[in-house]
Amino acid sequence: MSDTTLAWRQYRLERKMFWRNPTAAFFSFVLPLIFLFLFGAVFSGSQANLNVLIPGIAGLSVMATTFNALATQMTFLREQGVLKRVRGTPLPGTSYLSGIIGSAATNAVIQILIIIVAGKLFFGLGWPKNWSELAIFTILGVSCFAAMGVAFSHIIPNFEAAPAYTNLVFLPMIFISGVFFDVDNVPTFLRDIANALPLVHVINGISAALVTGAPLSEHLSDLAVVAVWTLACVILAVRGFSWSARD
Amino acid sequence: MDDLHKFYDDHEAVGGVSFEVAEGEIFGLLGPNGAGKTTTVEILEGYRISSSGSVSVLGFDPAERPRALRERVGIVLQSSGMYRHVRVREAVAHWAGLYPHPRDVDEVLRIVGLDDAAQATALVRTLSGGQQRRLDLALALIGDPDLIFLDEPTTGFDPAARRAAWETIKRLRELGKTVLLTTHYLEEAQELCDRVAIIKDGKILAEGPPGELSEASARYRVSWRGEDGALISEEVDDPTELLHRLTGEAIARGESLVDCSVVRPSLEDVYLELTADETSEAQR
Repeated sequence: MSDTTLAWRQYRLERKMFWRNPTAAFFSFVLPLIFLFLFGAVFSGSQANLNVLIPGIAGLSVMATTFNALATQMTFLREQGVLKRVRGTPLPGTSYLSGIIGSAATNAVIQILIIIVAGKLFFGLGWPKNWSELAIFTILGVSCFAAMGVAFSHIIPNFEAAPAYTNLVFLPMIFISGVFFDVDNVPTFLRDIANALPLVHVINGISAALVTGAPLSEHLSDLAVVAVWTLACVILAVRGFSWSARD
Repeated sequence: MDDLHKFYDDHEAVGGVSFEVAEGEIFGLLGPNGAGKTTTVEILEGYRISSSGSVSVLGFDPAERPRALRERVGIVLQSSGMYRHVRVREAVAHWAGLYPHPRDVDEVLRIVGLDDAAQATALVRTLSGGQQRRLDLALALIGDPDLIFLDEPTTGFDPAARRAAWETIKRLRELGKTVLLTTHYLEEAQELCDRVAIIKDGKILAEGPPGELSEASARYRVSWRGEDGALISEEVDDPTELLHRLTGEAIARGESLVDCSVVRPSLEDVYLELTADETSEAQR
């Protein structure tokens, strides 16, 4: 049995289990859409505002479906001893994690597609201007926030604390990263912090692909920042990985 | 395993444990809570690394966690959770896919007693504690392992569920599996194990077949009421002479021998004697 086959099987099981859990499905899909339609209604008079909002919500969705979901899920699996049980089987750790992360990535992609369709149908946005740029920033954003979620799960003390811990990172990051408004209106020191974090750069890239059509060559610095964050988070996720809860 | 030590910071959880388990044997590690049973077993399972000593499981070093070893070992942890949104049969079938030569899924469900249609399709989170324990065993068995670790497999069971679990474990012996189980229940060790090691404070105090362990200190305890009505008991290797003397004296006095009993120590007495410490000694 190849490691890839095992990862694929794990992925399929994860998908099956995901759809059986309505709460998780709700938070992954419906919440960002509620944001989209609420803020979309607020900004409906201004195409300029909508052009900021929609890539912003896409970035938020990438982060919510990977960072939030994986930080919470890994905490649960570790605390419940599922990771420990899996570790006693021949399943390689990389195959197992690939299946789990692949499932989170699938949610991110589904979410982005929903937002693109909603943008086209309701918010005066055309189809994406640069699909390959969209794919590159989505893949990189997913990798970055997935690794960040796995790494972050190591400092969450228990499952009950998981939402508080993830929101402590998630909410400030989406607010200063210009999900709901243009980053240019943010005070300089907050903008500096946001620019040091990956989300604003993922949003910039998605915005270029969806709205402005600016080529990838104009967003290489965004790409570089996200790549550095991804590398750092992967190292932290792998180095700090623990199969069982702290005693 | 030989002369195994495990230190945590400054205290020694396991101090020089050595034993060998033969193929096809059910071997029990018996001891009170905190004796070092789980630490010992988790070193054998590859979850913990021993501080010193040598360990060999099916010819492998479990600390390196080779896949070839994991394919031949089934593990029932003392407590381990499961996905909430998976069905019983689905979980066992998924686990089967992790092993090169799995057993038949339905056969395994039958062995552990989760084979009726309602149970097999139930979501794992709806199972009772006993049913979850049976699923644990099914997941450990599905890879058709040569060696199975059972860490306190029946803790928290009611007597009927315990009997049922024992029957299942006995079936493992019929399948030719080697089983290493830990327990703090004497009846369990007595009922299931070919050999038992009594462990306390990280040390093995006695080792052997349950029957022989109790014979090892095969002294008889004779109790009776003396002339003043106090209960007297005496331990002797052979009670014949003492009983003869007691009955003789009673007849001479024209009284009957009140509350007389002759008791052979069970494994329980050996266990209590060996694992007693000063505090519990004082309580008696």
